Amino acid sequence: MNDTLDGWEIVIGLEVHCELETKTKLFCGCANAFGDEPNTNVCPVCLGLPGSLPVVNEQAFELALRLGQALHCTAKPGVFARKNYFYPDMPKDYQISQYDQPTNVDGWLDLPSGMRVGIERAHIEEDTGKNTHVGGDGRIHGADYSLIDYNRAGIPLVEIVSRPDLRGSEQAREYVGELRDILVATNVSDARMEEGSMRVDANVSVRRNGDDTYGTRCEIKNLNSLRSLGRAIEYEARRQVDLIDAGERVHQETRHWDEAVGLTRSGRSKEEAEDYRYFQEPDLVPLEPEDAMLAELAATMPPLPADRRTHLARATGAAPTDRAVVIAVARGLDELALAAVDAGGDPARVLNHVEHNLAVEGAASVDPTALATLTRMEIEGALTATQAKTVLAELVNGASDPVAVAAAKGFEAMDVSALESVVDEVIVANGDTWERFVGGEGKAGGFLTGQVMKATNGKADGKAVNAILQRRKGVSAR
Amino acid sequence: VNAVAVAQAVRDGDRSARDVVEEHLARIDERESELHAFNLVLADEARAQADAIDRRIERGDDPGPLAGVPVALKDNFCTRGVPTTCSSKILEGWRPPYDATVVDRLRAAGAVIVGKTNLDEFAMGSSTENSAFGPTRNPHDPSRVPGGSSGGSAAAVAAGFAPLAFGSDTGGSIRQPAALCGVVGMKPTYGLVSRYGLVAFASSLDQIGPFAMTVADAAVALETIAGHDPCDTTSIPEAVPSVAETLDEGVDGLRIGVISEFLEADGLAPDVAAKVREAADALERAGAKVDDASVPSTIYGLSAYYLIAPAEASSNLARYDGVRYGLRVDAPTTADMNAATRTAGFGAEVKRRIMLGTYALSAGYYDAYYGKALRVRTLILRDLDRAYESFDLLLGPTAPATAFPFGAKADPLAMYLNDVFTIPSNLAGHPAMSVPFGTGDDGLPVGVQVLAPALAEATMFRAAAALEAAA
Repeated sequence: MNDTLDGWEIVIGLEVHCELETKTKLFCGCANAFGDEPNTNVCPVCLGLPGSLPVVNEQAFELALRLGQALHCTAKPGVFARKNYFYPDMPKDYQISQYDQPTNVDGWLDLPSGMRVGIERAHIEEDTGKNTHVGGDGRIHGADYSLIDYNRAGIPLVEIVSRPDLRGSEQAREYVGELRDILVATNVSDARMEEGSMRVDANVSVRRNGDDTYGTRCEIKNLNSLRSLGRAIEYEARRQVDLIDAGERVHQETRHWDEAVGLTRSGRSKEEAEDYRYFQEPDLVPLEPEDAMLAELAATMPPLPADRRTHLARATGAAPTDRAVVIAVARGLDELALAAVDAGGDPARVLNHVEHNLAVEGAASVDPTALATLTRMEIEGALTATQAKTVLAELVNGASDPVAVAAAKGFEAMDVSALESVVDEVIVANGDTWERFVGGEGKAGGFLTGQVMKATNGKADGKAVNAILQRRKGVSAR
Repeated sequence: VNAVAVAQAVRDGDRSARDVVEEHLARIDERESELHAFNLVLADEARAQADAIDRRIERGDDPGPLAGVPVALKDNFCTRGVPTTCSSKILEGWRPPYDATVVDRLRAAGAVIVGKTNLDEFAMGSSTENSAFGPTRNPHDPSRVPGGSSGGSAAAVAAGFAPLAFGSDTGGSIRQPAALCGVVGMKPTYGLVSRYGLVAFASSLDQIGPFAMTVADAAVALETIAGHDPCDTTSIPEAVPSVAETLDEGVDGLRIGVISEFLEADGLAPDVAAKVREAADALERAGAKVDDASVPSTIYGLSAYYLIAPAEASSNLARYDGVRYGLRVDAPTTADMNAATRTAGFGAEVKRRIMLGTYALSAGYYDAYYGKALRVRTLILRDLDRAYESFDLLLGPTAPATAFPFGAKADPLAMYLNDVFTIPSNLAGHPAMSVPFGTGDDGLPVGVQVLAPALAEATMFRAAAALEAAA
C-alpha cells in the first residue's frame, strides 16, 4: 500500500505518552520501577486510599520542564485537574492530569529530514495500573477473572501533543524516532516502546490534495512499535479514503490497532464518549516554574540530536539532513566522527564509514586518530575500500594502528597502471563476456570484476576496477 | 473536668492517665447506649494507651502536653488498624493501614483515643440522621438531633465522654453541632491543619478542628494539631500562630462587626437573634467597638456551596467502587459491579450529592453551575476581605435555631439551610468558631459564631474567651 494515496493527503497529529525517569512516583515516595513483583511498589497515596493526598515529585516537574525546553516550549504555571472516569486500574477513579493549563505549551521539533513539527503542549499526568485478564482470550470479555497491578499507578508521565503537521507514516515514524532520541538525550525518559514507557496514539485524517480544511479524524490507539505506527497509519488512511470514495463518511472515533491482523477496529465513538468532568484538582497547588530553575535547566541542557547534526554537518561540509549525518547522531557516533575529522581525517570517508561500516558494538570506542589515518590511507591509494573496511573491523576490535593492521594483513598499494594491465589481460582472456558487457549486460561486468579480483588476490579496489572497465567500454563503444 | 486541668494533673502525677480513662469509660458506659455518640469505643486500646503514658511518667519522660486527655475522633479520620467507616456501609470492613497526621500528632501529645464518633455519612448532613448506623442523640434532649455532620463528636464532649473531640468542617460540620450541643467548636483557617488521613468530602473546603468544653481547651487542642505537613501540599508552611498564650488579653479596642445579612435572614429564630445581640453587647461592654457589618454576597454562599461541595464529592467518592476495599456487591461485569456496590453502599443523601455534583461538572452545564459557583466564591471572599478592612472580627449566629427534633427537616433544602451562616467561612477558607452563649426559649443551647480573616485565630480566640466569660 502506498504511503501517499494518489490525490490524497494524510494528516497526522501524534500524542506521545512517556514515563519520566524519576526515582519515585509522581505523587508519593514509591519506587518508579519496571518489572517488579506486582503490587509491591504501592502505598496509601498511589492506591488512592481514603484520606490520602498527593504531593508533587519535584524531580518529575524538573524533567517535564527540561523536556519542554528541549522542545522549545514556553513554561507556564501548571495547574492539575481531575479527569473523572471509572476504570478498575485507576485507584481513585480519576486521573490527576493537566487540562487547560499545562506546564509546557507552543513548541516545535525539527525532524532529521528538515521538517518542523509544531508541539501544542507537553503536560504532566499520572499513569494508571495494569490489568491482566485471565482465562478466555485474554480480553476483559470472557475472562474468568482479572488481576490488577498498581505498581504502575502514579508513575509520572508527560504527554506530548503535536500539531497536525505530519503527512504520512514515514514522517510520523521519523517524528517518534526523533522525539525518542530527545527524551533519551535529556535523560527525561528511557522511551522504550517495547516496555510501554513510551506509548503513541495517532490522530489520522485524510483530505484531497489542495484542500485546506481537515477531514474527520480517528484516534488510533495501541501502537506499540514504530512498525505498528507506520502500518496502522497506512491502513487507517486507506480505510478512510475507501469510505469517502464509496460515498460514506468517516466517523470521529477511537480505533484500536490489531497488529496481528493488521487492521484498526472501532472503539467507542466520540459522540458516546465519556464526559470526563474535568475540574481543578483541589488537593494540589499550581506548579510555578521559577526563573532560577529554568535558567539552571537551560544551562545544564545536554546537546540535543538536532544540535549535534548541525554541528557534525558543519564540520564535515555535509547537510544536516544527510543520511550519514543523521545516522551518525542516531548511533551516537558523531563525537567519533568529529574527532576523526579534527585529527585530519577525510570528512566524506569518515561519514561513509560511520554510515556503512560502524553499525556494530564497540564502534564508539574506535580511536578517532586511527580512523583519520585510515581515511588518509584510502585517499593515498594505500588501501582499497574493501581493505579499509577490513582494517576498520580490527580497529573496532581494539587494534590501534591501521598501518600495522594493513601490513599484517598483507594489504599493499596497487597502483593504477598495474591494475589497468590486469584488467586488460582479463578482457582479452574473456572476449565473449567482454562483448556481452559492452552490449549492456550488467552481470558480465560482475564476472569480469571477479576475475580481476582473483588475479590480484583481492587486493584490487572494486570501484577502481569498475571505473577502468567503464572507461574501456566507452572507448570500445565509440 | 477540662482537658487543660486533666493534662496538668496527669503530668504532675496527681492522677494517673489510667484513672482518667476509667472515669470517662464509666461515663460512656452509662449513657452511650442512649446517645450513640460513637461508632466504636476503643476501651481496651484507650486503657493500654493510658498505661503507656503512666509508664512514661514513671520513667521521668515527658508525656506530652495532652498527657492522659481522652479524645474522641470523628469516624472519618484514618486510624491505623482501626475500622474507619465514615458512617457508611460502603467502607464495611476497611481498616486503614495508616494514621491521619492529626491522629499522629494527638498520640505524640499524649492524648488517649477513646473512640470513633458517629457522623452523617461521609460528613454530608446537619443532624447525624444520615449515618448508616443510626443517629446520635443530643445529650441536652435525646429527642433532638445533636447537629451534624460531626454530631457524635459534639455529643461526646457535651456528655462528658471526653474533654476533647475532633471533627471536620466542610460547611459548618463542627460549628453547627457545637452550637446545638452547647460546646465550643472551631474551624481553623484552611491549610492550618493537615487534611492527610481525613477521608475527603470536599477537598477545597474540608478542615479539621476541635470540640471542647472551654475556649482554653479548644486553643490547646488547636495548637496540638496545627502546623505544616509535607504530606498535604495545601497545608500552610508558616509557623502556627500562638493562640492559648493571648487568650486572656481581652477585646479592648477590637473592632467587631455584627453581620446584618445574618441577623435579617429568613428562618433565623428570634431567640437566637436575641442571643447574638446580647453577645454583641457583652463584647462592647468588655471594650470592643461593635458595629453593624454588611457582607452582601454571603447570602449566595449556600447556593454556591451546594454546587462546589457536591462537585468535589462526586469525584472524591468515585473510588468507592468495590474493586479494592470495603463493600463489594458482585455482578457479571465491572461496570455492573461498580453500580451495584454503590447502590447498596451509599445512603440517599450521599447519592443525591454525587448526582448533584456530577451534573454540575458535566459538559454543557459546567459554566452555568460549577463555574458560576466558583465566581460566587471569589465574590464572597472579596466581600469578606472588604469587611475586614473595617473590622477585626465578625459576629453572627452559628445555626438558625436550637436543636430540632428527629425527622423535622426531612426536606433536604430545609436541612441545607442549617449551614447558611457557617458556609461563608468555608468558601473563604477563613477560621470561625461557635461559642455557647446561653439557651433559647426552649432551654436548649445557643451558639454564637465568631468569624475571623485567614490566620487571625489568636484574635478570634480572645473574643471567644470574652464571650465565654460573659455567657
